Formats: sequence, structure tokens, C-alpha cells
Amino acid sequence: MNSPIELQPDETFILNVGPQHPATHGVLRVKMEMNGEYIVNAETVIGYIHRMHEKMGEVKTYPQFLMNLSRMDYLGALGYSHGHVLLVEKASGIEVPERAEYIRAIMVELNRVSSHLFWFGAFVMDLGGFSPLMYALQDREHILDMLEGVTGSRLTYCYFRFGGVYNDVDDEFISAARRFIPRMRKSLKKYHKLVTGNIIFRKRLEGIAPLTPEMCRKYGASSAVARGSGINFDVRKNEPYSVYPEFDFDVPVFHECDSLARYNVRMEEMEQSLRIIEQGLDKLPDGPFMPEKKPKLIKPPAGDYYQAVETARGSFGIRLVSEGDKTPYRLKLRSPTYSNMHLFDEACRGMMIMDALAFMGSLDLVIPEIDR
Amino acid sequence: MSLFVGMGITFKEFFKPTVTVSYPYETLTMCDRYRGHVELIESEEGKANCVVCGLCQRACPSNCISLDGEKPEGEKKKVLTKYILDFTRCSLCGSCVESCNFNALEFSKEYNLASTRKEDFIFDLLKRLEDRNK
Amino acid sequence: MSLTLLNVIIAVVIAIGFAALNAAYLVWAERRGAARIQRRPGPNINGPWGLLQPPLDGIKLMAKQLTIPGGADKVLFIAAPVLAMFPAIMSFVTIPFSDTIVAKNMNVGILMIFAFASMGGMSLVFAGWSSRNKYAMMSSVRAVSQAVAYEIPMLITTITVVMIAGSMDLMEIVHQQSGSILHWNIFPLLGNSHNILMPMSFLIFFTCTLAETNRAPFDLGEAESELVAGFHTEYGSMGFGLFFMGEYANIVIGSCMTTILFLGGWNAPLPFLSFIPGVFWFLLKLYILIATFIWIRWTFPRTTIYGLLNLSWKILIPLSLFNLLLTAGLIKVF
Repeated sequence: MNSPIELQPDETFILNVGPQHPATHGVLRVKMEMNGEYIVNAETVIGYIHRMHEKMGEVKTYPQFLMNLSRMDYLGALGYSHGHVLLVEKASGIEVPERAEYIRAIMVELNRVSSHLFWFGAFVMDLGGFSPLMYALQDREHILDMLEGVTGSRLTYCYFRFGGVYNDVDDEFISAARRFIPRMRKSLKKYHKLVTGNIIFRKRLEGIAPLTPEMCRKYGASSAVARGSGINFDVRKNEPYSVYPEFDFDVPVFHECDSLARYNVRMEEMEQSLRIIEQGLDKLPDGPFMPEKKPKLIKPPAGDYYQAVETARGSFGIRLVSEGDKTPYRLKLRSPTYSNMHLFDEACRGMMIMDALAFMGSLDLVIPEIDR
Repeated sequence: MSLFVGMGITFKEFFKPTVTVSYPYETLTMCDRYRGHVELIESEEGKANCVVCGLCQRACPSNCISLDGEKPEGEKKKVLTKYILDFTRCSLCGSCVESCNFNALEFSKEYNLASTRKEDFIFDLLKRLEDRNK
Repeated sequence: MSLTLLNVIIAVVIAIGFAALNAAYLVWAERRGAARIQRRPGPNINGPWGLLQPPLDGIKLMAKQLTIPGGADKVLFIAAPVLAMFPAIMSFVTIPFSDTIVAKNMNVGILMIFAFASMGGMSLVFAGWSSRNKYAMMSSVRAVSQAVAYEIPMLITTITVVMIAGSMDLMEIVHQQSGSILHWNIFPLLGNSHNILMPMSFLIFFTCTLAETNRAPFDLGEAESELVAGFHTEYGSMGFGLFFMGEYANIVIGSCMTTILFLGGWNAPLPFLSFIPGVFWFLLKLYILIATFIWIRWTFPRTTIYGLLNLSWKILIPLSLFNLLLTAGLIKVF
């Protein structure tokens, strides 16, 4: 029989929160050096799901690359496709009809709501409450059914094309969306009563992992991580693109810097997305959904182009270096979760492991997006 | 106290009907635009519309399609002899359907695909067309 | 009950059989209840309403291979699940289900039940330590500190009730609550204690039962999303089955104690309803409490370990001590 391990007061042991773990959403490995229940040091190890999307960007032609973007972050797929499509249109000078712009905005906001719903369910499940997950997934089913009626897919949409969208929205979608919005508002009230007001939940999140604004700026965090610390930055307002200047919506910013602030930011974002969808449905113009004159072969002129969009996870940037050929010379995807995740290494020193995992949930990590 | 409010909500949810569909015993119908794997469309005579131009093969991002045709004597257009779709690589992007100018491809509604061998998913679409016509 | 050996053996076997059957079918009730809260059916394929699910699960668990991790302490590893299951089932021997149905009534019934309950805490240590797994060890440390911390308010509240009743005999305690609903120990207006803070005692005892049995929101020992499965990570087939059944048997024991001490045991709420036999009332109250356990588990998230320990040491113990002194004073005066 082996002799038992003697733990000296200052000695630490290494706990491997391995690639397969119920709490890390995806394949993320965290090597934690622990002293009892407190984390002394943590190191995240990524790369378990690297699929070489950027290399594929260099060998595939522009239309062939459209499907890769949905697979990067599969929960908020349409936002990423939006960025890519806007970039290539900007580079090639393709005009997009107004109806297509509005359709794109409505779809992206619906996708944002569905992504935040999934985050909400998984986050509360990490903390131990199993029922809100089921309620959130139920609401998400409504959204997925609506999107399936238009695009044909439920998770990895390949719906946006250069110049417009693949096919038009029909009246059934519009009436389903109008019915969905009040239902979702009622559900949000239910979540606030069940989860946000719950004293056990608040004690679990208040004061956990305070991230100062300086730390957020150092790592380049965006979306709820930055807005929960008081930095008022939203790509839709600061660097507007597409048809967003026409919509009237607020950007939720909370100043407490803790996990509860990040949670509140995302819940408010859901409400604001519902406002955008309402206005979009009201303002939807008639017209074509694809431009009449579309170039047969997409060959952007040589140059360096960049486009940033606000996705559910943060500010997604995509950079194209083109040499006038039919495949890009370099296509760089700036993943927001990559910047958000590295805050974990620094901020979790001195925390207990329960709080560290709650913190990881509040950062909303989707690992395939980090590894691309 | 907030705890009792939360318990009240789950109590109300206890009495609402179930939303799940017990899958093997009840099924749902797919919507019109559902993206199953592609199938060949036939003309009124029962032959495929495809003229073997090869646009779908070039548009596919994952090299799933391989097709072949021959030109019979006296005809102007080619006739399809082989159309193989490798579904293990297909990502249902729709580039092939979109790029076809001859209305030869459409999405099917097949979602019930499960098998234990990889070879079952290399579809021979021409053979499936002939099986449908029988 | 007459003292013939056969009678005693039959009574003990029936008590143990009730415990085991409850432990098995509570799993079914929990799965169906949880599923209905989440608006899905729950097990409904095996047998009508899924009633055959527990026996089939038991068969599946028995057919699995019992793995013992290399380097684990074999004796402790195998002893831990048995130690989790054994005290809970043995405590059933002395619980009175009605005026005449009790396997063996002892005049120190409460003492025996709490003695067995403390033994259950040892199984946590054995399981965590002998698994030679860091996750298991961490979670068993948490579970033991939780078990120790919550036994104290439970015992103090029990002492309050024993003071009111004047004896540790369970049947005696229930007899003193006979009459109507207002005689029960939770509503002490007509009862013996004249202490209006008794509902608070009831809540304290209820919370301690939740914590002693490692049920949500205090289930740090099994924290599924953090430490895979807590102190029973390394247990495979029947070891896991025994832990599982032991947990549910503990829940039944805790609810029985709550019913007997605070809710009047087998007494009917109104005097004219006492033509319905006492067993029915006892089981009704028991199952309402168990349904509340299940309801609470699927609503709330988990507390943190320091929140849990603070709740016990800083809030529950002072409150229960205060109630004890208040009751003692009121009994002396009135």
C-alpha cells in the first residue's frame, strides 16, 4: 500500500481540470495549482480543437469559405457570417439592397438572443440549479424553429451571401416573430423572478472575481466582460455598420465589475435585442433580397481590409489581405473569447475553486471559437 | 423571501403540459426549406435535369461531389452517368444548389440517417433517382 | 407487541423492507417530479409510468463491473458504501408508524436514531480518502465539515422538543401532540410549549435535514458540475447504488423525524377525521415533506461552502440556542 500524501502547510498540489469536464464548455484544460481549496496559480491550455480555419481561408475561394464561419462559434453563428460578408462586400464594392440589410439585422439579433439563452441555462446549471436550463432551452427552441423555417438549418446557418441573403423571409416568419417577442418578455420576467432575485444565487455571484477596467483594457476584453466593468464600448454604437444606426436601442453598462454585473449585462442585452427585432420588423422594406448585378467571380482588389461586428461573445474582427486573386492571401479572424479567456489566468488567483468555475461561466467561453 | 417566489414558479411549471416529443413514438414533419442532403430533380420524362456542367463540383467547399457524363451520338447535351455525393464531408452549405443553372438539385427532407458504416453515406444520387421512379 | 422471537423478526424485516422499497422508489418519484418541473415526461417507457425503472436500474448496476482503483485502500473502499446504507435502514426499527405499528419501541428512541445518523458521516470520509483521487478527497473534506456543522442545530432543536414532551420515547412525543392540528409542536398554541417561535424551530430542523443528507441546495459533496461526482467519483456499480439508496433512506429517516417531532406523527389534523387510520396520516405527512425536498432541489442553485458553514455556525446555532432557552423559561413559568 502506498503511504498517504503528507500535505505541508505551504505545499500545493496540482489539480487538472482536464479537457473533459462538465464545467468547462468545450475542451479547455486548466492546470490549477491549489492550496487546499484556494487557487494559487492557474494556467489555461488551449488547442484541443484547432481546426485550421484560417488556413482554410487561404486555400478556399470566397464563396467556399462562407460555411466555415458558422462553425467557429456555433451558438451565435450568424453574427460571424455577418462580419465576413460585410468585409467582402466592403472590399469588392458590392451593393446590398435594403431589405437584405434589415433581414440580416433581424436574424443576427434573434441569434444573439438564442446564444444568450443558452449561456444563461448553462451558467445557472454550473452553479447547481438544473431547472432554468430546461426553461431556457425551451425558449430557444422557438427561435430555432423560426430560423429553421427561413434558412433550413438550426445551428450552423449558411444563410448570408455576398450581396444579400440566400432566400427571402416569408409572412409566416414575420408573424411568428411578432408572437415570439411578448412571449420572450414574459419568460425574461420569469427568469428574473426565479434566478436573479434568488438570494442563494446573488450570494454566489456578488463580489466574485472583480475585474477592474484597467485589466479589461489590458487584455482587450469586450462585450459583457468589459461592459460589466464600466467600459461603455459596443461596436454597434461606436463603429456602426450595416443598418444599426437606424435602430434605437441602449447599451447596458454596469459598474460593479463582479460576476453579477456581467450576468445583468447579458440579461439586459436580451431585452435590447428584442427591441431591435421589433423595430426591424416594423421597418422592413419591400424589395429584392439579392442585388441584380452580382459579379460572377468575387475578386476583391488588392489591399488590407478590416471589419468588426458585435457578436454575442464580443467584438469579432476579421481582416482580409487580398492580392486581387480569387483566394485571399491572408484571412485573420480575431476571436473575442480568446481575449476574454486570458483574464481567467490572472483574476482567479486566491479564489476558491467553486468561485473560479462560476467566474468561468460568467465569461461565456465557447472553446471552438478560441481555437478556431 | 425570494426563495419562496422561486419555489412558486417551479410549482406552477409543474402543472403545465410537457413540451417534448417522445421521439421514436411520435415524429415531427420538417419544414419546407429543411436542408437534408441534396437529391437530383427529374424532368417530366423521368431523367435527371443535370447536364453535367460541373459547376456544383467546383462550387463545393469540401469536394463532396463527383460526377461524370457522356455524350451519346447525335445529342447536343451530355447525359449523366454517375453522380456520387460524399455526405461524410458535406456541410449543407447550399453552394451546389445555388450554383446550378439547370434546376437539377434540391434539398431533401431526410433527417433519419444513422448507420454503423461509413460507406452507407456515400450516396449514389443517380441510383436513388432511379429507385424513386420505380 | 408480544415478545415472541418470530414477531420481532417479522417486524424488523418489514421495517427494513419499507426502508429499502422507499429508497428504491424515491428515485422514481424524484425523476418524475424533476421531469414534470422541467416540462418533460421523465421515465415512462419501462412499465406503466416508468414504475419498473428502479428494479431495472438495480439489475443494470449489479451487472456492471466493480472497479477498485489501483492503490486504493481496499478495506475502506468497500466498507464505505455499506456504512452509508446500514445506519439509515437500521434506524427504521424504532420509528412508530402509528399507535400500534412499530418494530421495537425504545425509551431512548431519539438517541438511537441520532447515534446511527452520526455513523453515516464516517462513510463520507472513508469514501473520499480511500479513492486516492484529488477530487474525491476535496469533496469529502467539504462534506464532512458540512455534516458536523449541521448536526449541532439539529440536536439542539431536538432537545427543545424533548424538553417539551418530557421523554425521549418517540411514541410518547407523538401522544402528547394528539388532539387537533393546533396541538402539534409546530403550532404551540394549545400544546405544551406555549412558545410562538416553534415554526422557526421547524424550519431550522428542516434545513438541517436538507444539509445532513447532502441535498440541494447544500449538495457540495456531490457537486456534479464542479468536481465530477464528489466523494463517490470512483465508485462503479453496486457501490454507487448503495450510496444512492443510502441517501434516499436518509431522506426518509429525516422526514420521519420531522413528522414525529413537529407535525404530530400519526395524529389527524381535526378530531373528527380520526376514523382514518393513523398510518395514513403519517405516510401523508411523510410524503408531503419528501415532495418538498424534491421541489427544493430542482429550484435552487448551490450555496458556497463558506455560505453554508456561516449559515450553520453564525445563524442557525444562535437561533436554536435562543429558542431552547426561551422554551425552558416558558415551561418553567407556565
